[in-house]
Amino acid sequence: MIYNLIVIPVILPIIAAIISIFLRRFIKTQRWIAFGVMIINTGISIYILQLIQREGILRIDFGGWEPPFGILYVADSFSMLLVLTTSIVTAICLLFAFSSIGEHREKMFFYPLVSFLVAGVNASFLTGDLFNLYVNFEIMLLASYVLITLGGTKVQLRESIKYVVINVVSSFLLLLSIAYLYGTVGTLNMAHISERIAEAGQTPLLTVISIFFLFVFSLKAGLLLYFWLPGSYSAPPAAVAALFGALLTKVGIYALFRVFTLIFYHDSAITHTLIGIMAALTLIGGSIGAVAYKDVRQIVSYNVIIAVGFILVGLAVGTPEAIEGSIYYLIHDMIVKALLFLIAGIMVVVSGTARIDEMSGLIRNYPLLGWVFFIAMLSLAGIPPLSGFIGKVLVGQGAVETGAYILLALAFLSSIFVLYSLLRVFLNSFWGETIITVEDEMPMKKGWIIPSVILMIGTIGLGLGPEFIAVYVSDAANTLLNPETYINAVMTD
Amino acid sequence: MKINDVILHSVTKVAVFIILTLAVYLFFSGHHNPGGGFIGGLILSSAFVLLFLTFDVETVKTAVPVDFKTVAAVGAFTAVATGLGSLFFGQPFLSQAFGYFGLPILGETELATVTLFESGIALVVVGVVVTIILSIGEDV
Repeated sequence: MIYNLIVIPVILPIIAAIISIFLRRFIKTQRWIAFGVMIINTGISIYILQLIQREGILRIDFGGWEPPFGILYVADSFSMLLVLTTSIVTAICLLFAFSSIGEHREKMFFYPLVSFLVAGVNASFLTGDLFNLYVNFEIMLLASYVLITLGGTKVQLRESIKYVVINVVSSFLLLLSIAYLYGTVGTLNMAHISERIAEAGQTPLLTVISIFFLFVFSLKAGLLLYFWLPGSYSAPPAAVAALFGALLTKVGIYALFRVFTLIFYHDSAITHTLIGIMAALTLIGGSIGAVAYKDVRQIVSYNVIIAVGFILVGLAVGTPEAIEGSIYYLIHDMIVKALLFLIAGIMVVVSGTARIDEMSGLIRNYPLLGWVFFIAMLSLAGIPPLSGFIGKVLVGQGAVETGAYILLALAFLSSIFVLYSLLRVFLNSFWGETIITVEDEMPMKKGWIIPSVILMIGTIGLGLGPEFIAVYVSDAANTLLNPETYINAVMTD
Repeated sequence: MKINDVILHSVTKVAVFIILTLAVYLFFSGHHNPGGGFIGGLILSSAFVLLFLTFDVETVKTAVPVDFKTVAAVGAFTAVATGLGSLFFGQPFLSQAFGYFGLPILGETELATVTLFESGIALVVVGVVVTIILSIGEDV
């Protein structure tokens, strides 16, 4: 059976991007093309998710070349859940960009670039071939290089140099790791690699290669090697930063999950322990960073790092509950981090400064913004009816079961640091005497607050109704923990 | 001071045609032998770069009045569209087809959809390379 449908979430954004290049002068049309494609992608992703529940993991062999010889896309519940969330979050970030990004950037191919970025992200989630994963990373990164520099302000150029250099080096290392693995097992198809390693056993050489992959993807995901992240993510405009914060590190996390559950799962005493240690250090470092800075964008960026650490705790623990918890938390984090970056962007624009000690009493001028921030903060801290809760509980449950008490303690302490760091922003910026007089008050644009409210409704909805996605999440965790399901879906006709 | 570059001009006028012929030859040979859209496109764009070097940018732009960013976009669209075409025939994405046809002058010729795909690639390469060269040239 041919499932050409799987390729649509990747190919639609690409076509939208190309058409938008032709329509360079018609910005309104470009906006609605980009937005429309994300909405269509959302619908298609939901449909594919249901198809997967009925018919099992789907795949498409490009050009009819059967695995392991050709390149293929594989859609399982895990990747489709992420594609779905990506589509929704991008659509909302685009709504925000309509009224905030400015005509100058829009004329310099902003919407085609966002579409290319999404195409790269979706393709990375879907691909079943290790080298193709590298290519998709590159598509995503090339678009992100332009998006981070677009506009050419001084701080953007300074941070983008770091960002580009780090990513070029890590892409080189990724290519090197893939070459090592190809030299050892002689195939690039992920299911085929997994099969061969399972047959021959994970030799020490393969474990070393796996650690190469761990470092490369950690650099992309911001696991321990996050030093480049806070600066780069606080430089671009809010809509772009929200896209980066919501999507880019998540692709690295996805790759870590895929590689260490499908390919290198035999020697978990070494690899998964190492992931655990790195996650623990990430939680500590992220927490320190989150309370150390006074720039609201830095604080938000460090919150991204804490979340990366938390999600990887689930992988390190590796029980079904913990993996499910990580998936819930991954989806939650994509939504709520986008929200947080958007709010931070609005705060910076309306108050004219990024330092929280120079802002005060914003809630008197913009009450709705203040309460949206409050909800986002509670959600990130994992307060029950909101979406962060279920992920934290499940990861915690897994950690208790396996006796990983240090990770458990660090994971929950980090939640307190998240709460503290954001509460500090809330107390400093939203409470207190207002510094913006009625005359100076910048009117809150509908295009700013509506996307934030939609994302807030998303986090409340995900918290109240996790059973809507529970089927898909448990199927995703099930596939991750039983690599045979994935291999059987790929390697048989 | 005007530099006397009559030799460069005369050589370029001949060399460009040789380069273009080689590009077209490599493009078509790519179906079974080394070559193809990417390499053909690169050589094609080297012809343009040579023109830009010999004559100034303005002259070439009036002679070849196309926006090379659009050329790249047209190429990308062609490549994606040929990939998508296979969907309408119920085949996997990026499938290709070929057949042998008796053509008036060429006789029995192999026609393949992959050539359309490759022409898209060639246009992308030309568009991107020339755009890069032009923007580097403008920035000084």
